[in-house]
Parts: sequence; C-alpha cells; structure tokens
Amino acid sequence: MSVFKDAGHLFRFAGLFVLAFVVFLVVRHYVVPKSFGEYGHYRGNSIGEIGALPVKYAGHQACESCHTDVLDVKKNGKHAHVNCEACHGALVKHADDPTSVTPPKLDTAVLCVRCHAASGAKPKGFPQVAAQEHSQGLACETCHQPHNPGMEAGGAK
Amino acid sequence: MNISRRQILILLPAAAVAWKSVLAGTPEASPNYQMSEHWWGLLIDISKCIGCGNCVRACQTENDVPDGHFRTWVERYHVSDENMTEPQVISPDGGKEGFPPVAAGDEGKYFFVPKMCNHCADSPCTQVCPVGATFISPDGVVLVDQKYCLGCAYCVQACPYGCRYIHPQKEVADKCTLCYHRITKGLTTACCEACPTGARQLADLKNPKDPIHEFLRTHAVQVLKPQMATGAKVFYNDLDGSVR
Repeated sequence: MSVFKDAGHLFRFAGLFVLAFVVFLVVRHYVVPKSFGEYGHYRGNSIGEIGALPVKYAGHQACESCHTDVLDVKKNGKHAHVNCEACHGALVKHADDPTSVTPPKLDTAVLCVRCHAASGAKPKGFPQVAAQEHSQGLACETCHQPHNPGMEAGGAK
Repeated sequence: MNISRRQILILLPAAAVAWKSVLAGTPEASPNYQMSEHWWGLLIDISKCIGCGNCVRACQTENDVPDGHFRTWVERYHVSDENMTEPQVISPDGGKEGFPPVAAGDEGKYFFVPKMCNHCADSPCTQVCPVGATFISPDGVVLVDQKYCLGCAYCVQACPYGCRYIHPQKEVADKCTLCYHRITKGLTTACCEACPTGARQLADLKNPKDPIHEFLRTHAVQVLKPQMATGAKVFYNDLDGSVR
C-alpha cells in the first residue's frame, strides 16, 4: 500500500485519460459514416452514389432497338460506326418517353461541317470539304443521305 | 466572416442534420454490377481524332460540367519543322467548338490530343487528400466523394495532368468519373458514345474479351508522362514525342 500512498493524482489522471478515450470512441462511432473503410480510406457508399447519377446519353443500343430502319441504312455506309447521339445529341428523355419527347430535326448544313470542314490539321485520310466551294451553302442532305453519305445512296429528297 | 454565438447555436443542429444525410448515403445503382470483375481504362487513338469537339460537348452535357471548366478537352499541336521539341499547343474553349483553320504556309505537322483524367492506378491526387474524399475505386476509377470533400484543392495541385478543378458552385473538387454512372450500367462513357471516329474507346482491362488487349499487343501504345510512374490507364496510340 505504501507504494501507492502518494499516487492518487496519477490514478485520477489515468482515469481521465481512459474516460477521454471512451468519449472519443463513442463520438467516433456516431460521426464516422458506417461505410467508411469498407474498401479503403474513403466512404464506400459514395461509389454507389456516383453510380446512381442520371444518364443523359441513352446509348446507341437504346436507339437501335426501335430505329431498325435507320440501322439498315447505316450499316453499309461510311457512317456505320458513328453512334446516333454523336449527331443527334443526348436523347435519354426521348428513349424513356418516345411519344411525348421528340428530338428536333437537324440542320445538315451546320451539323456536317463540324466534322467534315476542311482543315490542314485533320488526319489526311478523313473526308473533308471546303463547305462554301463544295455546296454554296446548300444543305448537305440535298445530295447526301446523312445515314449513308456515299453518293450512290442519294440524297434525302 | 463574423458569426455570433446565437448563429452558431442555430447552425449546429442544421449541420448535424446535413451530416446525418451524409452518414446515411445511398448505396444502390447497378445490382448486377460486380466491381471486382472490372479494371477500367480508356484508349485514345490520335490518328483518328479530327478535333470536332464532340467529346467535350458530350461530357459537359452528361456531367453538367460548368462553363470554362473541363473534365475532358482537346488540344491541337503544331510541331514546326524548325523546332520539333517545342510544339505550339492551342485549345480554344477546350476545343468544344472545334479549332480555327490552319494558317496558309504554316508548315510542320498538326494533330489533336484529347486529354482527360488518366485514372492512374498509383494516382498522386488520391494520395494527398487529407480527408479521404478522393480515392481509386476497386474497379480502377478515380472518384471524388463530393459530400466529404472540403475543397482544399490539394488534389488539384497534385494531378500532373491538370485534370481536376474546383467546381465554382459546389466548391469541391470535380473531375472525370469515367462516366461511372454509365459504365456500371453497361453503357460506354459519354465521350466515347459521342466520338464519331472511334478515336476514344472505353477499355475493361480485366475482361479478356475486350479488344483493348489485342490492340495493346499490336500497337505502339504510350501513356502521358510515364516518367511520373502514375500507372496511367488512358492509353494513347500514335502519340507524338512532343506531347507534354
């Protein structure tokens, strides 16, 4: 007993230390999200949250499930591997509700030159035209069918 | 900013409620998707890129990227015959609306380099985060937990490729998620979906049937800044030595 005679203040200090540690554990239990550390030093649930964000580009599979006629026109032409939404834009709303949401008709005079305007910086094998000289402002679809742009396929009209 | 004691007392419960929603989280998304079965990367074929900017626009639409910030952008390189090591690089508005015509008489070679997060396997950006808000997911995508992020921007400085920014409204780090909300549903990324020439291809390195393996075997493919040993998983075909 004599050994611990004057050690009371140390025990009180140790008790405080233990108490603080318990408080720390309790607070930590409530403050740290349950999924933190599930896969690593981050909140595991955040992966699911990011994965649940809304999609805006429906994907060509969605388009092709209905528009099989366009697919038939496309498949033999040079645009066979150009996805629908590359030109038509993000259309998940149309894919979800095809009757009430209808995409606007595109202006080929503006659209086509986005890719096909002549530029010395583009890869040499890529088909390019100086639009003004080539068509004098006529819409491209006058002569070219956009889904199969080769001349043999003819224009839309 | 001065906050009175009264305001603190009002703010504390509000913060507690907000924190509660962070704790709850929303697991979910794609029930059939197994993270352990994938290891995502991307292939960019420089020889196919025409600099149309479709990928940049698609990314901004899909991910609500604020104007003036980019999760992906396209650079046009001009390497002149006289100075092969110091190319002229332009990227007007990230290449979103295409590029100006080449000036007549400007000799040398031109090419486009699409840039984006390289989803590094040993990413410098995730290592510097002080709070565990950015990480590489088990399927190899570098993500930001925007509920956890403080917006300190350490990661923005750490990324050697300049692929992160602080979102002007949310005031947290933002970056390419490799369209995680799409690839976990079996879709490709928005940029790959919108690319008209197939210059971008999503690649699943864990899927033995993915054409990426054949491509990597048969082409001289590089990553950006290999000397930094970041384990970048965006592979570039036909990459010029002058690209920084």
